[in-house]
Amino acid sequence: MNDTIAAISTALGVGAISIIRVSGNDSLQIVNRIFKGKDLTKVDSHTINYGYIYDGKELIDEVLVSVMLAPKTFTRENIVEINSHGGISTTNKILELLLVNGCRLAQPGEFTKRAFLNGRIDLIEAEGVMDLINSKTEKSRLLAINQVTGNTSNLIKNLRSELVSTLANIEVNIDYPEYEDIEEITVEMINKNISSIRNKILNILEESKNGKLIKEGIKTIIIGRPNVGKSSILNRLLDEEKAIVTDVAGTTRDIVEGNISVDGILLNIIDTAGIRKTDDIVESIGVKKSLSLIEDADLILYVVNNNELLNDEDLEILDKIKNKTSILIINKIDLESKIKIKNIENYNVVKMSALNSEDINVLKEMIKKIFNLEKIEQKDCTYLSSARSISLLRKALESLDQVEEGIKNKMPIDMVEIDLKNVWNLLGEITGENYSEELIDTLFSQFCLGK
Amino acid sequence: MWCIYMYEVIVVGGGHAGCEASLATARKGHKTLLITGNINNIADMPCNPSIGGSAKGIVVREIDALGGEMGKNADKSLIQIKMLNSAKGPAVQALRAQADKIVYPKEMLKTLNSTDNLEIKEAMVEDLIVNNKIVEGVVLSTGEQIKSTVVILTTGTYLKADILVGDTRTRKGPHGEKPSNHLSDKLKDYGFNIIRLKTGTPQRIDKNSIDFSKAKIENGDSVYHTFSYDMKPQYKIEEQVPCHLIYTTEETKKIILDNLNKSSMYGGLKDIKGVGPRYCPSIEDKMVRFSDKEKHQLFLEPESIYYDDIYIQGFSTSMPYDIQEKMVHSLPGLENAKILKYAYAIEYDAIDSRQLKQSLESKVIKNLFTAGQINGTSGYEEAACQGLIAGINAGLKLENKEPLILKRNEAYIGVLIDDLVTKGIIDPYRLLTSRAEYRLLLRSDNADIRLTDYGYEVGLISDERYKRFNDKKSKISELIDILKNNKITPTTETNEYLTSIGTTPLKDGITLYDLLKRPEISFEHINNFFKIDFEESVKEQVDINIKYAGYIKKANIEASKMVDLDNKKIPDDIDYDKIHNLASEAKQKLKQIRPTSIGQAIRISGVNPADISLIMVYLKKEYLYDSK
Repeated sequence: MNDTIAAISTALGVGAISIIRVSGNDSLQIVNRIFKGKDLTKVDSHTINYGYIYDGKELIDEVLVSVMLAPKTFTRENIVEINSHGGISTTNKILELLLVNGCRLAQPGEFTKRAFLNGRIDLIEAEGVMDLINSKTEKSRLLAINQVTGNTSNLIKNLRSELVSTLANIEVNIDYPEYEDIEEITVEMINKNISSIRNKILNILEESKNGKLIKEGIKTIIIGRPNVGKSSILNRLLDEEKAIVTDVAGTTRDIVEGNISVDGILLNIIDTAGIRKTDDIVESIGVKKSLSLIEDADLILYVVNNNELLNDEDLEILDKIKNKTSILIINKIDLESKIKIKNIENYNVVKMSALNSEDINVLKEMIKKIFNLEKIEQKDCTYLSSARSISLLRKALESLDQVEEGIKNKMPIDMVEIDLKNVWNLLGEITGENYSEELIDTLFSQFCLGK
Repeated sequence: MWCIYMYEVIVVGGGHAGCEASLATARKGHKTLLITGNINNIADMPCNPSIGGSAKGIVVREIDALGGEMGKNADKSLIQIKMLNSAKGPAVQALRAQADKIVYPKEMLKTLNSTDNLEIKEAMVEDLIVNNKIVEGVVLSTGEQIKSTVVILTTGTYLKADILVGDTRTRKGPHGEKPSNHLSDKLKDYGFNIIRLKTGTPQRIDKNSIDFSKAKIENGDSVYHTFSYDMKPQYKIEEQVPCHLIYTTEETKKIILDNLNKSSMYGGLKDIKGVGPRYCPSIEDKMVRFSDKEKHQLFLEPESIYYDDIYIQGFSTSMPYDIQEKMVHSLPGLENAKILKYAYAIEYDAIDSRQLKQSLESKVIKNLFTAGQINGTSGYEEAACQGLIAGINAGLKLENKEPLILKRNEAYIGVLIDDLVTKGIIDPYRLLTSRAEYRLLLRSDNADIRLTDYGYEVGLISDERYKRFNDKKSKISELIDILKNNKITPTTETNEYLTSIGTTPLKDGITLYDLLKRPEISFEHINNFFKIDFEESVKEQVDINIKYAGYIKKANIEASKMVDLDNKKIPDDIDYDKIHNLASEAKQKLKQIRPTSIGQAIRISGVNPADISLIMVYLKKEYLYDSK
């Protein structure tokens, strides 16, 4: 707990400068060892100091170093932040120097965790702060600030208060059964109430989609005919970038096969009904299903075989993805080229061999090029953006389904009310009015390295 | 002159809490003295003539399953009984009985008198003997000291009781009995926070002066019920005495609103400190708070078959007598009614229940337990169940055993006590089903299944009764097996029958178990396919458990989350000042209540999820707490 940790706090390759953050008792001493300028152990707290980072006698970078002494820091520990001139190799080099001089590489989320452990922030704030730090654009920053200040909570609070009157009425009916002058709540009243709430939840979820894209990643599908090499490409991607999480149940109705971070851009690879198992997606679920998947996806990786001619289905899909964010992957370029594609200039094309790991990098570069984050538009900023909130909202929807189911099955009101109350509780969990054990675990598991 | 007797337990007060407490300790084999101000008022019902009701009826069954007396005593004395909410689901059904106010106390006294190890003494207790914060007995108004290892206070509304009518305040207990004038001051000196509460009771009317033809008759059920799992019905369905329903009139409303300032509570008395029960408001409260409501419902309830008093449920007031006359006479059928007893409000002292442990032992003085209205509750059933738990835990303490603490998913009793010690009270606490998070688990039908094991463990359930209970449990499993192992097939005959009773015909074979899952199918229908020869109570359990399996499972999953949190203990020596960033309200409440578990801490109002997270993290850091 008391060792000094360091990590690169900015996304690699993004922005003109990179920040390396160091936190812990010895942070000043350690940075001092590689810094030429003022003696950092003697400067005032919360100052920015100009100087150079040296590896022995070799100049690494010209930097600004922020010194912030405990306890008025993010982690309540001594913090030093080195602002370097970007560039992966320079930034990495500085981090390496810190590690050599006594820092430990921070674990995912460790700075926030320390802030939290030291009582600097509470969990709800932690969540917002995480978003704030994670935000890569001005708009996503606004979104995060709204999350912290409560615009989002108001949406949910309104939903809860809509539920309250129905719940209260049911309770009164149950607790004061002798009283005939109290209105007995009817199935119709409940139905009306829940359909209004359902619509509002659906709206919030719909609006939250864009926010989600930025924060949670890009829903990516890989499609193509059998034996074109979809599995190999997928496996390559997964192997190269070790999956951060797998199977985040509940965050989406799809099953997330794996998440790949391509320089700060998160790709959620969607398991298109067993794509890895059967490798024959087009055949097994048909063109129709593929088309609906295409509609749904944020990014389509369409794989064709360099060694084969296209068939009618291929042509149909090519036509569909023309206007979508997609990459046409012409695989197996090590084999004889038989493929013929008209208007190939309409597509982002990557020619590769999944067998060649260098080629995977070409694909990644293309993804990066396409997903310049500024491209993703946001309408307004009062929607939910954390995976936790969205997943809770989805659960609330499921619970509403069960209310309807119960009513349909003529279940007595006290049973129906169990599900209705559950909706109320789930909404409360989003706003933090209900305590849920999973909260801490869920939150910490979302924290990414060095933030 | 100083007579010093040695008892293991002294119970102060002979109301519903005191009776249960003294019976529990005596039955557990501890020499017990019950001290009451008036032996004729033992198990008195000074307010409504009924036992049970929503949630309360379930508590009576819980008391019974734990080996308490209230259920049996109610069964011996009831003159009408019905199952409330029978049209709703099983989770919220509860029994409510009209109990005869003569028979109920008489039967209870009989039981007390015939219980070994139990003595009764008429006296007023005005002080405790306390040494080093440990109680050692009581001091009577005569100065006499009586020693005991444990003392249980069940003083009801008698601590500094004031009867309030109009502009008069009289230092009297219910029925004009002598109150205890000094005990609450002494308790304050010992470190208890004393709060002042208020409750009230309506008029009693001479039955012969009421024209019941203007009222709607309310009969008892036409099937037999008992509170106790151990009793056969003691009444005859056709001999049940009816209640009657009437409504207040426009004139009633006018009289009350015109004379509002004469009510003790609305200006008649300037020095009211007591907080009245929100859930049992006076009629003037109802008129003021729900002023848009045209009329309010009132029940005319017979108090006894041995005298003529009719109790007007819903009409409690602290108006002066002349206004009460007018109010009563404005009611339909009561135009010429003769008031036998006027309504009154009563103000009394109670202690801050947050100074209690979950066992109902005081945190302030060791070996001192309190139960009933002194803890801020209202209602006979709420009092009785606390008395029982205090008695059980006093006994267990004498036996050097861990206390019996019922969880919120195990019993309404657990909900009630946890609410008292965790949240504290502002107004007299009434149990409601909505106070329970998992009421589907806390049903009237399964109180025995939930609690008989505990009753047996603490020694209040006889071997013989326990065997009967276990037989019932095996019968339940047996019946479930039968239903699972027997199938019906989609023959024409079967499907014709199923269609005739309004359920979907079969396509494939189906077990009787799966058939019973259908909401419209009952054992009566199952009997057509397979003769089911089991007791009603067994069939009821099986039916509910099959029909609502999905919901019960859900409730159990939710409940187990809460149990997990309740099992995360907070060390006794935790220093909340050392936890950074705790909200100040949370810190203050946590220091005051000192919850024993994370689960309990969560339920403290003013303690937010973020505070809980901080405590969890602090525990992990400081105590190397393993949250799993």
